This record gives sequence, structure tokens and C-alpha cells, in this order.
Amino acid sequence: MSKDNEILEELTSKEYEHGWSVDYETDEAPIGLNENIIRWISSKKEEPKWLLDWRLKAFEQWSKMEEPTWANVQYPKVDLQSLRFYSAPKQKSKPKSISDVDPELLKIYERLGISLNEQKRLQGVAVDVVLDSVSVGTTFKETLSKLGVIFCSFSEAVKEHPELVKKYLGSVVPATDNYYAALNAAVFSDGSFCYIPKGVRCPMELSTYFRINAANTGQFERTLIVAEDQSYVSYLEGCTAPQRDENQLHAAVVEIYAAENAEVKYSTVQNWYPGDKNGKGGIYNFVTKRGICAGDNSKISWTQVETGSAVTWKYPSCILKGNNSIGEFYSVAVTNNFQQADTGTKMIHIGKNTRSRIVSKGISAGKSQNSYRGQVQVMKRASNARNFSQCDSLLMGDKCGAHTFPYIDIQNSSAKVEHEATTSKIGEDQIFYCNQRGISSEDAVALIVNGYAKEVLNQLPMEFAVEAQKLLALTLEGSVG
Amino acid sequence: MTLSTKKDHKLVELFLSKQADLNDSNPFKDLKTVAKSSLNDTGFPTLKEEEYKYTNITKRVIDKVENYSSPQSIDNLAEIIKNNQLINSLDGYTLVRNNGLFDPELSNIKDAAFSVKPFSELDKSQASEIGSIETVDKDAFTALNSICFESGIRVDIPEGLIIEQPIVLVDFVNTDATGQCVQPRTFYHAGKNSQATVIEITVYLNESTVFLNEVAEWNVEDNAHIRHYKLQDGHKSELGVSNTGTEIARDATFTSVLLSLSGEMLRNNLSLNINASNCVGNMYGLYLLNGKTHVDNHTNVDHKMPHSESNELYKGILTDQSRGVFNGKIFVRQDAQKTNAFQQNNNILLSEDAILNTKPQLEIWADDVKCSHGCTTGQLDEEALFYLRARGIGKKSAKSLLLYAFAGEVLNHITNESFKNYCEKIVHERLGGSN
Repeated sequence: MSKDNEILEELTSKEYEHGWSVDYETDEAPIGLNENIIRWISSKKEEPKWLLDWRLKAFEQWSKMEEPTWANVQYPKVDLQSLRFYSAPKQKSKPKSISDVDPELLKIYERLGISLNEQKRLQGVAVDVVLDSVSVGTTFKETLSKLGVIFCSFSEAVKEHPELVKKYLGSVVPATDNYYAALNAAVFSDGSFCYIPKGVRCPMELSTYFRINAANTGQFERTLIVAEDQSYVSYLEGCTAPQRDENQLHAAVVEIYAAENAEVKYSTVQNWYPGDKNGKGGIYNFVTKRGICAGDNSKISWTQVETGSAVTWKYPSCILKGNNSIGEFYSVAVTNNFQQADTGTKMIHIGKNTRSRIVSKGISAGKSQNSYRGQVQVMKRASNARNFSQCDSLLMGDKCGAHTFPYIDIQNSSAKVEHEATTSKIGEDQIFYCNQRGISSEDAVALIVNGYAKEVLNQLPMEFAVEAQKLLALTLEGSVG
Repeated sequence: MTLSTKKDHKLVELFLSKQADLNDSNPFKDLKTVAKSSLNDTGFPTLKEEEYKYTNITKRVIDKVENYSSPQSIDNLAEIIKNNQLINSLDGYTLVRNNGLFDPELSNIKDAAFSVKPFSELDKSQASEIGSIETVDKDAFTALNSICFESGIRVDIPEGLIIEQPIVLVDFVNTDATGQCVQPRTFYHAGKNSQATVIEITVYLNESTVFLNEVAEWNVEDNAHIRHYKLQDGHKSELGVSNTGTEIARDATFTSVLLSLSGEMLRNNLSLNINASNCVGNMYGLYLLNGKTHVDNHTNVDHKMPHSESNELYKGILTDQSRGVFNGKIFVRQDAQKTNAFQQNNNILLSEDAILNTKPQLEIWADDVKCSHGCTTGQLDEEALFYLRARGIGKKSAKSLLLYAFAGEVLNHITNESFKNYCEKIVHERLGGSN
């Protein structure tokens, strides 16, 4: 047992790899939050009036809302008035393509291991990179536009495709959905927009990479993905932030709209700065993600690997409105040290013959708390709805916690809903077995954890799967149980 | 205090009417005072509260209560008891409560080796234990009961006593036309190494709207083994809230079987506190709902010490416009290593309009534990149905057979033969079985 704990401690004391920051000139909004700030952001981004009105309406509603307290996380209240709601790297002129982007900024991404140089890329992944509040560039734009795929920053989409943005913005996550979604709607600075036209199968993975660099800045971005009939897209999201002592707020909104026969696959590897081993600093990750399977036979699949953030509060959900539509949620959430995660999903079955599948694997180490909170709701007309949920927890050490809060609400007698959950730890015998065969305890833990999380990791696109596996091993480095 | 809502009006009325209970001679003065301030602070729960999210208790119960004082006692009870088949067949020690108040004359405890005392006969230390397990801050209805109870009974099973015959606690309820309220209060103390079976039943003499707000507390000492069966089979205007709190000490076992077969609105809160090692806590429940019945079961197991075990199985069959709610919580504290905790909730929905809300919840702070929970909702297995029909069993009988088998898993945990037979019979009838 003591040996276990020693190795555990070692493993759990791994430092954060992306903790550096870079100085660059920025354009910043004044600190604080009020109507003028919203006007300031809107004018800075040269937005049309309807969008400003939309923001102001959201702000008005938000002012009446209270911060939710139901999540199983504890953190000091965020003082929004001391935050900066907009910070952007200064760029002399608007870059036309990625090659015009300030090389200093590109270097940041090189250092993160994300090559933005199109020629050098072997895999076809188009990237939209978001630094602090704005998108700095999008790769492979031309290749994509030949197919009619629109993939650009949100601000650009507002200017160039206002009719699309206007139609879908807030259609899945209304501006006043919840406290953080309303805040995001009021102050969102940028994000990615993606439109896949009818019948197009997007030939490459689309990806957004979020990086918070500036201190005392909240990041509020919005992603909107629209997949028209018979289209397909696989979307990746990654994120990191520098190591800072104070907590930073990230409150994003992701909306997905899937029309008839469309399929959207959304994968996230979340690696925000989790705070140091004493629980100081780290990102508060309060994110609203929701997709709607609006058309028949459509499919939305969420895959997430959550390793970072001090506090995570995130429930990627699916509204299964179209008949025969499918929602999937695969999640690995790892918490270490003082991290707290309250994450899960909502599957709302509205259409007939809808199916959903939830696989959630929680791994808690150190003094962290890891909660699964999910809801499966079968509405009255959702005949033959089918759901299978599985949420497993793995505890490493005796100071962490694993919690499950599944809500299952059924209003239709033909529904078949199953939920199962288990809690376990890595057995000494398992480690011993590996040791005997010449595998070090550390590798053994990585092996076992990867095996445990395999069901989810298998869902990730190839490039991400490799990164995610490494990340899992890194996050738990030194925590053999 | 502002008198803006109906709820507040009722509370003020209630507090005024119970003012007299707070004089110094009342041994429960402190409890009642705390209960009053607690209920005053919280008010009755609304849908916004997590614990009552699916059960609009204020609308379905509180608004229907017109009178919080106990109804008049029933006259010809001796005769009624004599003719009650169930009580006769159980052949146990019968404790009779007449509209909430204990009646020692009609109770059959003359030669019992355990003691049953009304609250008025308790000494100071015995009285002080009332309200120590099921504390008033746990639930608004516990507070309400604490404010309102006029008396209650305390059952003491002495150390080492093994009681073969069951202790049968029967509540006879007879209320007038509208909105009366019966609030029984019970405290059980099972001494070291004792064993007993307690069966709680309620007999309604008419079908007028009644609110039964029960609170029971169990102090189960070392190596005591208690089986507790409760049958809720009232009438369709029965509104019931029951709060049961249990403290379990070392090597002790507590098994609860709860059958909710009819009523308009039933809410059961059952909590087990596992305070020591090598304890076993079992909770079994069956709810058969039809009409517009709404049954809400909340259970809570709190493992505080290592090497204990809890098992939970709740099953439900829902038809018509009924609604079932299940919320099972298991807490495994940091010290409770080597805990085995299992929880299962299975439901069958037979009609389009039935609604089910279930939330099997696990909270675990210890790493060396085996915990699992599962919940399923579905229909009868088509293949099983086909199998039976292929063997010449009619659709209706086949269906009833399968449902009965589904329910049987819970009924099998009743070890008292007479009570089991009785329950099996009514469940069988309810599930449409003949004979």
C-alpha cells in the first residue's frame, strides 16, 4: 500500500508542459463588464447592428441570472468585474492567408507542436487558431472553399456569411440558456464557424486550437458548426494556457446543427492549465456544448479527453429531434492534484427510433474530485428510443473522489434505457503482473489506464488519439496505484 | 415573516396552533422549537429543490391539508382488529395506534419481553434520543412531524433478546371528510445481540383524503439483526410522507423491505448511516403503480467506516398515468475502505402515459471499494413472452406471470412466511393473475 502511494505521488506530481507565455503587443478592452464593454467589443469587430442587439439582449438577461451552484465543484467566485473581456494580439494589417500572419504568433503554435505551415503538413487537417480572444488564422481555406465548405473565424463569418450566422446563431444554445452561455453570448470575441454544404463529405479534419496567453483575461469563444443534408465533418478542438497563479475563466459555447443524414463528429482534447500541485491557479472551464440532430438519420458524436483545467463544468449534449437520429458521447476525464471536474452529457430523445450511447470514464488521482453528471430524457413521442450509458470511475489514491449523478427521465413506455456504473482501482496484482514481465510500475499504470480508456480513445481521429494517449500518461505520470 | 403565499399562511396557522406545546414542562420543547425554526427557515419544498425536483409536494400534499391537529379517536377498534385477517394471520405482538396515538389496551404485548412506551412515560434520557437520528434539518416533513406529534411510541428491544414472532405495528386511520392529518412518530432501539422482525401496516377505515406524515427512527446496536417490512396499501386518496432514519452499529444488520402498492401520492425517505465495520444494510423496494399514483422513493446510504456492505434493489411496474421517482444515494467516505455497495433500480413501463424519473447516485471518496449501480427501464421481454405463448399460455397470463416474476425478486426478501404469503397474494392480484 505504501509503495502504491509513493508511486502514485510521483506520478501525480508531473508538471504542466505548456505553461510558458509569450509577450506580444495586444489590443485590449478595459477591465470590467458593462454594456459599454459589449459595445466596445462589437464596434472593435465591426459587427452589424443585429449582432450587437443580440449581445445586449443576452447581457440584459444575464444580469438577471445567478451563477449556478448545483455542480459538485467548489471554487472561489469569479470576480467578473476584474476580468478583461477582450484581448487580441496586434496585427498590422489583416492577414489574407496564414502566410501573412505575424511570424511571432506562428512561433507560439510551432512551440505547441502545431504546424500551421500548409506545405509541411502531411495529414490534411485545417486549423483555425484562436489566440486569447481572436482567431489569428485559418489554414487550408482555399482547398476547402472549392468544395463549398466554409471554415473561418467567427468574425469573418459574420462579415461574409451573415445570413448563415444569423440563421443558426443561438439556434441550439439560446443566448439565455444558462449563466455562462448568456455571458458568452454577450461578450464572445471570436471562434470558429464551419458550414458543410449539402452532400459534401469534408475531406479533411477541421480543427480549432485555443490558446490563452494574456493574463487576467477571460476567453469567450463561440463555435458554430452547420452540417447540411448528407454531409459529414470531423471537428477537433484543442486548448492550452500558460501557467499563472490566478485563475482564469474560459466560458465557451459550441453549437452543432446536423440536418438530414448529416454526421458531425466533434472531438476535444482539453489541456488547459490545471493549476499547480497545491491547487493554485488554473483555468475555470465553464463550457456549454450542444448539438441538435434536426434532420432524420442524422448523427452527432462527442468525444472528449479532459485532462486540464482547475474546475471543469461541461456537458456536451445532443438533442435527438430527427427520427432515427443518433447521439454519442465518449469521455475520458482525468483529474489530478486539486482539479475538480463535473462533466457528463444530456441526451434528449424527441424523435422516433432515436438512439444514444454514453461511455464515460473518470480517472481521479491526488486530491481531485471527478463527477459524472448526465441526463437521459425520453420524451413522450420518442417511441423505441434506446439508450445505453456506462460510467466507470477509476480511483488512484485514497484522497480523491468519484461521483455519479445520472438523471434518467422516461415518458415513453417503449423506451429501453440502461445505465450502469462501476468504481474500481488499479489492483496491486495488475501492477505486479506487469512488473514481473519487466514493465515498470509507471508504464504499467499508463498501460492499464490506456486500456481502461481505450473505448473512448478509439473514437478519436488518429492524430488526436496519439496525442491523447500521451497526455493521459503524462497527466498521471508518477501515480501508479 | 411575510404572509404572501398560501404556504406561509398555513405555516403561521400551524405554528400558532402548536404554541402550547412549547411550555417548559414538555420534554420535547427543545426539539419542537428547533423544528419550528427549521421549517420556518426552509418552508415546504418546491420543485426547485433537488430533493423534490420531480414531486410537487406542496401542491399535491400541503395544499390539501386543512387541519394539522389529530383527528378524533376511533370507537369500535377492538372489533375491527378482531376481524382483520392480516393481523390475525401474522400472529405477532400487535402494537395498535388509533389515529396516530398508541392504544396499549388494544395492543397485544402483555407477555412481551421488550418494552413499548408512549412518549409520555419516557424518562429524560430516553426522551432526549427522540429526534437525534432523524434530525429536523434533514427534511421539512420531519420538522413538521416534530412540531405536530402529540405522542409517539418508543420500542426498546433489550440486549440479547431474540424475538421469534414479528412485532406488528398497525396504524388505524379514520378521518372525516377533508384534509386531516395523522402524524405517527416511532423510535426503535435494538439492544446489542438482539434480533427482531418489525412489520408496519396502515389500515384505513374510509377513503377520505388523509395525509399520513410518519417519522421513524432506528438505533440498531452492535450485532443486532433487524428486519423491517412496511406495506403501503392504502386507498387512492392517501397522501403519505415517511421519513425513516437508521443508525447501524458494529456487526449489525438492518434489512428494509418497502412495498408501495397504492395511494395517491407517496414519498418515502429512507436513510441508513453505517457508522461501524462489518455492518450490512439492505434496502429492497417494490412499487406497483396505476391510476394517477405518484410514488417517490429516496434512499440514502452513508458508509462512514470500512468493511461494511450495502445492497439495494428497487423495482417498479408502472401503468396508466402513474409516475415513479427513484433517487438512490450511496456515499462512501474516505475512511470507508473495503466497502461493498450495490444499487439496482429496474422498471417496467406498461403504458404510454406513465413517467419515470430515476437517479442512482454514487459519491465515493475511498479508493479500495467495490461499488456499482445500475438502472434499467424497459418493457417485458418479447422473447420471454413468445416462449410462454408458444407453450400454450395466453397472452394475459404470460404477461402477468412475467411481471410477477419481476416483482418476486423483491418479495423474496420477506422472510416472515405469513406476511410474505399475504403480500404475494395481493401483488399477484394486482398484476392480473388469477387464483
